[in-house]
Amino acid sequence: MKQVKNIKLTQFTKSCGCAAKIGPGALTQVLCQLKKPNDPRLLVGIETADDAGIYQINETTALIQTLDFFTPIVDDPYMFGQIAAANSLSDVYAMGGKPLTAMNIVAFPIEFLPAEVLGEILKGGQDKVIEAGAVIVGGHTIEDSEPKYGLSVTGIVHPDKILKNTGAIPGDLLIITKAIGTGVLSTAAKADMFPEGVVAAMKSMATLNRRAAETAEKFTIHACTDITGFGLLGHAYEMAAGSGVRMRLQATAIPLLTDAAEAAHIGLVPAGAYRNREYLKTITMDSTVPGNIQDLCFDPQTSGGLLLSVPVDIAKELLMALKQAGCTEAAIIGEVVERGEGNIHVY
Amino acid sequence: MSTNIDAKGLACPGPVIATKKALESIEQGIVTILVDNEVAKENVVKFATAHGYGVSITKQAGDFTVRITKGEAKEMQEETVPSLHSSSENIVYLITQNTLGHGNAELGTVLMKSFAYALLESTTMPKTIIFMNSGVLLTIKSSLVLEHLCKLAQGGVEILSCGTCLDYFEVQNELAIGGVTNMFTIVEVMGAASKVITL
Repeated sequence: MKQVKNIKLTQFTKSCGCAAKIGPGALTQVLCQLKKPNDPRLLVGIETADDAGIYQINETTALIQTLDFFTPIVDDPYMFGQIAAANSLSDVYAMGGKPLTAMNIVAFPIEFLPAEVLGEILKGGQDKVIEAGAVIVGGHTIEDSEPKYGLSVTGIVHPDKILKNTGAIPGDLLIITKAIGTGVLSTAAKADMFPEGVVAAMKSMATLNRRAAETAEKFTIHACTDITGFGLLGHAYEMAAGSGVRMRLQATAIPLLTDAAEAAHIGLVPAGAYRNREYLKTITMDSTVPGNIQDLCFDPQTSGGLLLSVPVDIAKELLMALKQAGCTEAAIIGEVVERGEGNIHVY
Repeated sequence: MSTNIDAKGLACPGPVIATKKALESIEQGIVTILVDNEVAKENVVKFATAHGYGVSITKQAGDFTVRITKGEAKEMQEETVPSLHSSSENIVYLITQNTLGHGNAELGTVLMKSFAYALLESTTMPKTIIFMNSGVLLTIKSSLVLEHLCKLAQGGVEILSCGTCLDYFEVQNELAIGGVTNMFTIVEVMGAASKVITL
């Protein structure tokens, strides 16, 4: 086990966590060439860029299926396992569901890294799945030069209670349940800088969205998604465009992880943030929003929080409930307005 | 001090770390970082700007050269990156007096002559030499370095004298080499330069 301690997992990868995601631009082009499935039981498919697929089994039950895996975002294998699992489980929560079962998906350079490292990764993943009240039922492993880990999660939801990333209505307020900046701080971790911020980011990434989702379930939620690889603005854009509305986000209200602003300021900005920005050209920002905050708005998140679009009259109450449930960083970050020029404006 | 870093092929945040290390290792001076992608360029520039360092960027065939100046590093001739009269380098000399250096005027005259000769023999030619204040006394008929300046001009170096200065010393009719210019042009020429050396 001594060996495990000295291994820096992130040195085996080029980009880390959700920053390793293929950019939305490239992905859209590929996916639009595929045939659209035509099955009435498919309640949520790929067409709205939602977090998971949903298939109706009967009047009271629909199946949620999701898959997410990525390269190490932290050096500690156990922590990496926890983060990857929290990230995978998040898609089920973002759809309003409960995870039931999960399967490991693993790529691992078994000739270069001790098997104990893989053991720690899987243990981290398992512990998170247990915390989520689900069970791991198996998995699949391949040999690869870069380690990769994630889960395919199956959950259930009542067909009437599905939360989609569309459905935001003008007048709604927007709530985010976690602070942003995990992409920038993962870059800082690689640079051995901002240790305090790196710890805060790891803690945030390893936190399940379970409590946020369970709290939200008691309120009227018009739209919900989790913030991952496309960054806060990328996922907000998908929600706004899909709902046919416009969103106004207040930059100063967006919760940031410790040290994230400073790390972005000195150029620890992952390539994914630039890719997201490039794709999201229609987003407008006031020039008064500082450059580092702009970068953070596009920063790819790993296991980010939920973005909720909720009626104005319940927003404050929900925010209080979220904070009580342990989402201490939760904040109201903007409002939904009538469709206008562009889908997102940051001021 | 001048440090060159080849950060091509380094994944993020490699170029920023390399830049940080290089800048931390010097009190003041210039660090030049070569990167091969937009993201690395942006991040290195962010790092430099965040620390208040001077930055200039040149692009060549998909690669970027980011030049960072730490402290008040006046660039000495010997610091310049060797380039054999490279056309991409836009060096401007600003000569503000007819003698070189402060102190003894007689010595200063000898030094200026020696400087003009050395410049002529140098492999790195300036694009422009601007003469201001008593420096304009070097571009008139009685100049001791006229011969050298003529050769530089023949070699393609642009020689400019400040019109106000020529008027002030009442030598406007004695100008023997190069053209007359005004402050707006001088500011423009210096602003477009990759390097301005003031004497």
